[in-house]
Amino acid sequence: MPSYAVTVTVAAAGAAAMLFTAIAAARPPDIPPAPDLLVSLPPGTFQYRVAGDFNREGRPVNAPLRTVRIEAGLSIMKTEVSAADYDRCVAAGACAPRADGEPGRADLPVVGVSWQDATAYAAWFSARTGERWRLPTDAEWAYAAGSHFKDDAIARDDGAGAVSERWLARYDQEWEQQGFDRRVRPHGAFGANERGIIDLTGNVWEWTNTCFLRQGLDATGEAAGPRTVNCGVRVVAGEHRSYVTDFIRDVRAGGCSVGVPPANLGFRLVREEGGFLAGLATRLRRILGRNA
Amino acid sequence: MFNRRSLMKVVGLTAVAAAAPAAAAQATSPAAAPAQALDVSRLPREQVELVAPPFIHPHEQATKAGPKVVEFRMVIEEKELVIDSHGTKVQAMTFNGSVPGPMMVVHEGDYVELTLVNPATNSMAHNIDFHSATGALGGGELTLINPGEQVVLRWKADRTGVFVYHCAPGGPMVPWHVVSGMSGAVMVLPRDGLKDEKGQPLKYDRAYYIGENDFYVPRDAKGKFKTYDSPGDSYADTVEVMRKLTPTHVVFNGREGALTGKNAMTAKVGERVLIVHAQANRDTRPHLIGGHGDYVWEAGKFANPPQRDLETWFIRGGSAGAALYTFKQPGIYAYVNHNLIEAFELGATAHFKVDGTWNDDLMKQVSPPGPIGPTKTGAVSPLKPTGKH
Ligand SMILES: [Cu+2]
Repeated sequence: MPSYAVTVTVAAAGAAAMLFTAIAAARPPDIPPAPDLLVSLPPGTFQYRVAGDFNREGRPVNAPLRTVRIEAGLSIMKTEVSAADYDRCVAAGACAPRADGEPGRADLPVVGVSWQDATAYAAWFSARTGERWRLPTDAEWAYAAGSHFKDDAIARDDGAGAVSERWLARYDQEWEQQGFDRRVRPHGAFGANERGIIDLTGNVWEWTNTCFLRQGLDATGEAAGPRTVNCGVRVVAGEHRSYVTDFIRDVRAGGCSVGVPPANLGFRLVREEGGFLAGLATRLRRILGRNA
Repeated sequence: MFNRRSLMKVVGLTAVAAAAPAAAAQATSPAAAPAQALDVSRLPREQVELVAPPFIHPHEQATKAGPKVVEFRMVIEEKELVIDSHGTKVQAMTFNGSVPGPMMVVHEGDYVELTLVNPATNSMAHNIDFHSATGALGGGELTLINPGEQVVLRWKADRTGVFVYHCAPGGPMVPWHVVSGMSGAVMVLPRDGLKDEKGQPLKYDRAYYIGENDFYVPRDAKGKFKTYDSPGDSYADTVEVMRKLTPTHVVFNGREGALTGKNAMTAKVGERVLIVHAQANRDTRPHLIGGHGDYVWEAGKFANPPQRDLETWFIRGGSAGAALYTFKQPGIYAYVNHNLIEAFELGATAHFKVDGTWNDDLMKQVSPPGPIGPTKTGAVSPLKPTGKH
């Protein structure tokens, strides 16, 4: 697991708290203060079903379950980025326009965006706020989703069955969860999880930074044998996990023939607290230097 | 089946009839006389409850019984239907509430007796034109009914095959009613059942009926699909889109996703499945991804020998075709209109879910996807798997 943990000393955290008001006041008026925008999760350890395709002795098997620690906690947007938010990036010339010609609504998540669009938005939003924002990894998304994370393991998986059995089982499993309606609903329509994070498993799937991985496993479930990573395909999290080419905005046009495609593609961002604190420290030094 | 000699005889007879109509009318040869009419009032009757597609009401594939009168009843329903996963709505017109309307199955020589009902809640006159029937514009001329009326039509099934029926209430109403959903299919089976090209009997374990529909939904100035309060309100805009001949939706059974997921058609390995495909308005080309058509009546008429082992078959607009396939491998099969733009962008995709035991002899993944292995020449050897195991 890549770790974004940053060791934070008590002194630095204290300094951050002291300066928070000043920094917050400098935020552009359309961006809510951090406590309204973000849910901050404490550090923690959880069981994570790794994303990707796994095989053992040439047969597809369930992805391994790993114990993952989110060392520094996680600050993640409470809601998906809205269409109105995204349109501000478009107006600034930093994001590609949406296909939908309507003015973006503040109460609706932006959809029809590719990984590249979402990444461009994160860069623009970072520049705008002076903070470091990015897409979550799939593991971070799973940590934030908590009880709303849907394990995509196939129940019957002894590795002995034919390819077609897994295929049929996955088809049934995905369609069991998937509704037919692709119409985008206002923030909150699909409820919050136990951490107050909204619409994790509605009809908008969310881009993550995790690349598609194909990995062989040994008998104990440890990585062994061939491995390929394709970062042209990213993990998309939501009702069920999906893998989507990074320039695709609507999976109908990019998915395979018979899998259940994500109904809509959107995203939410995480804030790198390491980056935030590093930024703070820079500002702190600048302010202190100026005052001294 | 015609052999060469009998075919020439028939051609010759037609030529004589065309050249000398008066003589033909006076002819007393059995071939020229009208078929012996049965006393229909003395025939046995059977009432059949119709079922919504892709299913077909229970029926015998072959029968030893004599001809009968088969009674059906269909209620015309004008109603709003959602036709895609974006919630796009059309003011649909339907036979019995479904798009396509239900399939009716009889045997050659039977009589179809349809009671067609146009409830007072509807706003328009409708009728029915059976491509399987003879005379009066397929029955259309005798069945035009206003809201609040019903009509009973009887026609003799004098030839076998799968055939389209559709509403044809006159003038510009005809294409509009058809693309609004008013079409369905009839299957007239030979009394002794289906046969292969050598005349050997063919049976099916299951039969599905897929109706393909092209929709023409108007858009507003911003490109969004418009909705209307009634069929009448939608008429002018819809005709404008229809005249461009570019459908906004091409779907199976009335909407995108009607035959996928929980509604996917099912079968088992070893089962022979008859797939009837009807398109009342526009050409299409069904293809079973990962399978074939073992026996295909591309034009849908059972007096012609079926074609063997087709990959894709052509259904002319305004006709129905039938394909018989024995599934040999389990898994998911996509059944599509193999204009893949129509299949993937416009909605013309269905799925079969097939249970059974995988046959490695027919297909095996010899080496799963993995890194490209080293080779002596720097090229991948076509003969040796290069993945390391
Ligand atoms: Cu009509």
